Amino acid sequence: MTKRLSHWVLAAGVGLSLALSGGAAFAAAHAKPKRGGTLKYVIPAEPPSFDGHRETTFALIHPIAPFYSTLIRVNPENPSSPTDFVCDLCTEMPTASDDGKRYVFNIRKGVKFHDGKPLTAHDVAATFERIIFPPQGVASARKAFFVMVDKVAATDDHTIQFDLKYPSGAFLPSLANPYNFVYAKARLDADQHWYEKNIEGSGPFKFVELQPGAVIKGERNPDYYHEGKPYLDGFEGIFAKKQSLRVQAVRGGQAQIEFRGFPPKSRDDLVAALGDKITVQESDWNCVLLVTPNHKSDKMKDPRVRKALTLAIDRWGGSKYLSEIAIVKAVGGIAFPGHPLAATKAELEKIPGYWPDLDKSRAEAKKLLAEAGFGDGLSLKMNNRAVDQPYKIVGVWLIDQWKQIGVTAEQQVLPTGPFYDMLRKQKTYDISLDFNCQAVVNPLLDVSKFISDDKSGNNYANYQDREVDRLFEAMNQTADVNEQRKLMREMEMRVLGEEAHSMITLWWYRIIPHRSEVKGWKISPSHYLNQDLSSIWIDQ
Amino acid sequence: MYTYTIKRLLLMVPTLLGAAVLVFLLLRAVPGDVCELRLAGTGGYFDKEALAICQEELGLNDPMFVQFVDYILGLLVLDFGESMWTGQKVWHEIGLRFELSLQLAIMTTLISIAIALPLGTIAAVKQNTWVDYVVRSISIAGIAMPSFWLGILLILGILIISQNHFGQPWMPPIQYKSLWEDPWHNLSQLIWPALATGYRYSAVATRMTRSTLLEVLREDYVRTARAKGLLEKVIINRHALRNAMLPVVTVIGIEFAFLMGGLVVTEQVFNLNGLGKLFVEAVLNNDYTLTQALVLLVVMIFVLTNFLVDLLYAWLDPRIRYA
Repeated sequence: MTKRLSHWVLAAGVGLSLALSGGAAFAAAHAKPKRGGTLKYVIPAEPPSFDGHRETTFALIHPIAPFYSTLIRVNPENPSSPTDFVCDLCTEMPTASDDGKRYVFNIRKGVKFHDGKPLTAHDVAATFERIIFPPQGVASARKAFFVMVDKVAATDDHTIQFDLKYPSGAFLPSLANPYNFVYAKARLDADQHWYEKNIEGSGPFKFVELQPGAVIKGERNPDYYHEGKPYLDGFEGIFAKKQSLRVQAVRGGQAQIEFRGFPPKSRDDLVAALGDKITVQESDWNCVLLVTPNHKSDKMKDPRVRKALTLAIDRWGGSKYLSEIAIVKAVGGIAFPGHPLAATKAELEKIPGYWPDLDKSRAEAKKLLAEAGFGDGLSLKMNNRAVDQPYKIVGVWLIDQWKQIGVTAEQQVLPTGPFYDMLRKQKTYDISLDFNCQAVVNPLLDVSKFISDDKSGNNYANYQDREVDRLFEAMNQTADVNEQRKLMREMEMRVLGEEAHSMITLWWYRIIPHRSEVKGWKISPSHYLNQDLSSIWIDQ
Repeated sequence: MYTYTIKRLLLMVPTLLGAAVLVFLLLRAVPGDVCELRLAGTGGYFDKEALAICQEELGLNDPMFVQFVDYILGLLVLDFGESMWTGQKVWHEIGLRFELSLQLAIMTTLISIAIALPLGTIAAVKQNTWVDYVVRSISIAGIAMPSFWLGILLILGILIISQNHFGQPWMPPIQYKSLWEDPWHNLSQLIWPALATGYRYSAVATRMTRSTLLEVLREDYVRTARAKGLLEKVIINRHALRNAMLPVVTVIGIEFAFLMGGLVVTEQVFNLNGLGKLFVEAVLNNDYTLTQALVLLVVMIFVLTNFLVDLLYAWLDPRIRYA
């Protein structure tokens, strides 16, 4: 078989599998879930501790989320929607009162922690007190997500009230963050660090065993409050760092699924080897790979140079070809492409670097470089992370893109630790690959990466731009979606176009090929979401 | 002999201390720290206050001298502290993986010996015949092929063959169960990495066996034995091979020590939760306490193995006596 023909056969296989999986997903949605069985899945990394309020890695969510409840969550029946939130522990999604500044949640009755003690609104209040206003010496990784919250209080055993400083569209998505595990107030009162080394929630599964570096096991919680769930008898999360092994584990039946995502080649290999025994689910991913120019570097402090670099990047073409080999696909601005606040294609095409006419873009780029004094060429030092997907692949692509306008980028690839140290502290690079990966799609807060570095938690580009800060503040302090959208466009044009403070390459693309007997799980735009495993069942 | 043993044991103390100082300083020279990785490594929002709390908790803000004194005082009472990544006791983390690494090292060494001694002996006895050429080719291939690569090929081969023959792809288990808990599961997981690594290490030992045996076979006492009319089998097994073993034992000893902590990639390829995998994760996570302890453990294993090999010399060759 010729290479071209084999590609066509493979493509047809993948297409058929996707079509089958679409049909299978439809059928699964309408099939009656079966109870029983143990789900085996592979997890690429291990959590540093078990405390969801403290940690930031997905390696905590995949093994630990099944043990915990949250107040609200992304709808597990519709996780691909970035705006569909439903109750987990509450009984009904509230409507904001007091001009959008008060949210009152009623908590389910009869919910128990795994030790048999009842869960009340006081536990939920203690949880959010700890996240939003952590006591001295307690690390809360996401307290900045709740800057709009003024007060949290349990008004009785089954009611919790949040009072905001101002109405904010970012509040409910922040509340739905999957890391907001509800802890027992009594445990927290006794020791704020107890949950770092212990697991005891009220979620669909009860903790059975952890063998560090090897496996974590859970069993069905018979007292779970969502009727009939979970369907599984239990789960085994197997820690497996090497990607090739995780792929082979799914192929060889040692695991049924991996929830983070595989590259396109692995998807194709699995489909080619197993045919309809593999179901593929795919989604745009709420992670974006960007180029961060170091504004303190002599070469990058001139906005014309930054603008020239972004103009040289062929995002529309890159999306088409890179998505065949790397986990990137969607062309987008600063907001997640699937969200109502994201730019449409027409809006994107107005931003320099997104123009549909590539020749025009690159001619403009060369002109800007010449004006900035780099008409004879420009050499840059690029910091990159020693991880193939998608960093090194996109890094090599960028080098080629910039070569087209006479810019030579020398790539320095570093392991994760030294890479971050270079990005955050040493800052001796001209440009660096960088990424912004979030759980719940919450563009109002996710774009905080682009505000001034003295205000942002993760802006490594060394700039202060008070106009961007003003737009961000205004956008977060209005409940009017149209106004938010307008301000988002202004901020986007300033960050990506006028000042080119940052250069978005492509948004990530999530590919989950799993064993077809795994039913009831739906892909979401984030590997942090919809991971409590309560709706999964095994068709065997 | 006793004096020699005590001297060697005492000499281990400065060796270990030197290694401890070196690893402490080298680790701090690597940019980045465990808290930064823990909080910023996933590319999301990064809370600077959480970073400060984490660094304070782990003592990373203390002056390096204070950290060093803490570390050395801990060493004196064999307290390596807690892993900076998991917060668990370092001894606990190592203890969990030690059994697997030890079993794998023993299995690999046995496989390596089982391949190397017969092949090396045959190659020496049949020097410059086709048998010798085949053995040399096998051993050169073993040296040329990294064991992790052979491991990947093994897994792929098993997957393809099992699918072709049984309709379902099968691969070795990726969850460890101890030999005492489930021997069949244990062996069906560990035999493949042991084969992949054993073949690699047998290649070195085969070549060593061949060349030393060739040397010994030219010795006068072997000629005398032949002149006495002893059977060739007896000459090889009883007289020549035993004397040819000294350098082979050294090689096998060093390999065994290396296997205890050096199977970094092979352990990842087969998802073995051993010391090698722990080592690489500790380094990647900038987990100072765990890395320090693991380096010392590996140094200790090397020093002890060398010591045992030296003692073995005396048993193999009665002419060697330690004063």
